[in-house]
Amino acid sequence: MGRIALKTSNLSKQYRLGQVGTGTISHDLNRFFSKLRGKEDPYLQVTGLNDRSVKNDSDYIWALKDVSFEVEEGDVLGIIGKNGAGKSTLLKLLSRITSPTQGSIQYNGRITSLLEVGTGFHQELTGRENIYLNGAILGMSKKEISKNLDEIISFSGCSKYIDTPVKRYSSGMIVRLGFSVAAHLESEMLIVDEVLAVGDVEFQKKCIGKMQDISGTGRTVLFVSHNMNSVEQLCNKAILLENGTIVSEGKTTDIIREYQASNVVENYKLNKNKQNQSAYFEEIEARHEGSKLIISAQVISQESIRNLTCGFLLKDNWNQKVGTIFERINLDQTKNKVEVVIDISNLLAGSYQIDGSLFVPKVINYEYIENGVSIEINNGNSNIYEGQNIGAMKLNAKWSVN
Amino acid sequence: MEVGSETTPNKWDVEIFAKKGFINFGLKELLRYKDLLFLFIKRDFISLYKQTILGPLWVVIQPILTTLTFTVIFGNIAKIGTNGIPQILFYLSGITIWSYFSDCVTKTSETFSQNQNIFNKVYFPRLIVPLSIIFTNLIKFFFQFLIFIAVYLYYVFFTDFEAGLNSSILLLPVLIFIMMAAGLGIGLIISSLTVKYRDLKFLIQFGIQLAMYATPIVYPLNMVPEKYKWIIMANPMTSVIETFKFTFFDQNASFELSGLIYSFVISILLLLAGMSVFNRVERSFIDTI
Repeated sequence: MGRIALKTSNLSKQYRLGQVGTGTISHDLNRFFSKLRGKEDPYLQVTGLNDRSVKNDSDYIWALKDVSFEVEEGDVLGIIGKNGAGKSTLLKLLSRITSPTQGSIQYNGRITSLLEVGTGFHQELTGRENIYLNGAILGMSKKEISKNLDEIISFSGCSKYIDTPVKRYSSGMIVRLGFSVAAHLESEMLIVDEVLAVGDVEFQKKCIGKMQDISGTGRTVLFVSHNMNSVEQLCNKAILLENGTIVSEGKTTDIIREYQASNVVENYKLNKNKQNQSAYFEEIEARHEGSKLIISAQVISQESIRNLTCGFLLKDNWNQKVGTIFERINLDQTKNKVEVVIDISNLLAGSYQIDGSLFVPKVINYEYIENGVSIEINNGNSNIYEGQNIGAMKLNAKWSVN
Repeated sequence: MEVGSETTPNKWDVEIFAKKGFINFGLKELLRYKDLLFLFIKRDFISLYKQTILGPLWVVIQPILTTLTFTVIFGNIAKIGTNGIPQILFYLSGITIWSYFSDCVTKTSETFSQNQNIFNKVYFPRLIVPLSIIFTNLIKFFFQFLIFIAVYLYYVFFTDFEAGLNSSILLLPVLIFIMMAAGLGIGLIISSLTVKYRDLKFLIQFGIQLAMYATPIVYPLNMVPEKYKWIIMANPMTSVIETFKFTFFDQNASFELSGLIYSFVISILLLLAGMSVFNRVERSFIDTI
């Protein structure tokens, strides 16, 4: 067993729901008076757990509750869980962007967090100047950056434009430069949040390779991703978060299996007030029965709308678009139920995301729900290259070998 | 994995708890990020002159135009006296000092709202940002001070104005320190308050304008009625401006050491108070903004 590099004890974070900013002065006063009387903070007691499907009477919610874990030096720990399970909150606490409500974090060395690449890039500065600026923001000293400068520039593939202001760069180049700086940081611990989802395929490969190199050098990495393939490739351990608490921790493959079993489908449910929007989704649900995928949605319209297009976009685990289905519908009442049955006999098994949209082409976009539904499709078309991006379809084909 | 196993080190490099003391400013950490401070200053300065047509000229145009306006309005229309100091010099000296201070306050007070995007993604000691503003403005102040010196020399050599440059010029670093400390301190306090009570933001522009009239810039201190003098003297910038004028105009301005010491103490208190509230707010402001 190696040395412990990071340890959290009873880490908890409370957030306030609803309209932040109203009533804070009165809450502050209330807090202050109970403090004067030596009582506990009145708002710490009334909180519910972080479960979005259960409506809570309390205005406060625990985004994380009593999270305790340890990471050994050289571990690559995957943090997985559904949207809203508390992954981002955990990352924010670990990277010191916000501070815990209760509990503590202790670690050795420096932590660099990559919740975004190219943070703090300034449009007017050149690529070279931005490398220094970005590196310093991420906690490197000028000396360390100078030492790695050549490597950073060549890794990014932007050496030709390195003395050009970044405002002339394409967005892909900015991402590459940003990742390149991050990949050459010399901190003892790295926190990475799905930044790998950006950039072209070739660069993604380069990134995964670089991450494996980093973990090979005995540095500790915490990695958050929805992409189970990259988690499996990179991490030796994983923790599974649900409703702000750790449900299990252990070997990556076991945890992923548990996650996928629990995560068969996650439906979309409206969680904010959209009363002033003419048309919106109240609910999107998906289920799959054999070779059929059934998407049903509850569409609310404030007025009668003719020729509205309702569309759903299916995306695979690699965020690749598989296909779109759409239909013109007329909304005559407030609540409309839309249902569509899709033949998925050609689809490979795996996890898929569904976007939902409501619009009148070239006139108005009412709503676009990205990744509203996640669904695990298990239709028997096993992906024999599991872990490889080979596309999402099993094409109908006839082979002959002579 | 058991907690407290033998491999757990006893000492951690970084420990984050839910509560943090009032006095723990993390100065050691601040020092580690000094390169970032320099890079921020460089960035701000480069972007200052890259984005505008007149570029760095704005730095000097602004005080000159304000001085001319003041000369016309307060000097020639309202006919407020200047203790025998040429009007242009009198106003320019006050404006040079005041614009540094007011720029520091207004810019640092926007620390959180202007840097949300970065603060939401990366941790570094947040104090680096207001510090970089204070120093960037110091560069601006330096150029404006040169303009003042140029105008001053013109009056000394080409008019019959008798300058009284004296040894209190040695106090200049102290004056600059007070300006920096007071500007930073007040800016930090406001920036921390605006995170929670956002409407304060609208008060600042207005408030700093009012504060200018509570500073002897458009009128000499000795014109203030005894009854109101304590208000003007309570303003820590008053002694800074008076000392500055005393340095360059000698007998035409009043200088009191006690006033300067008062300003010095107040500015340090403001700085400590500012750092203390800023320190508390920076830890969780991202949850409320």
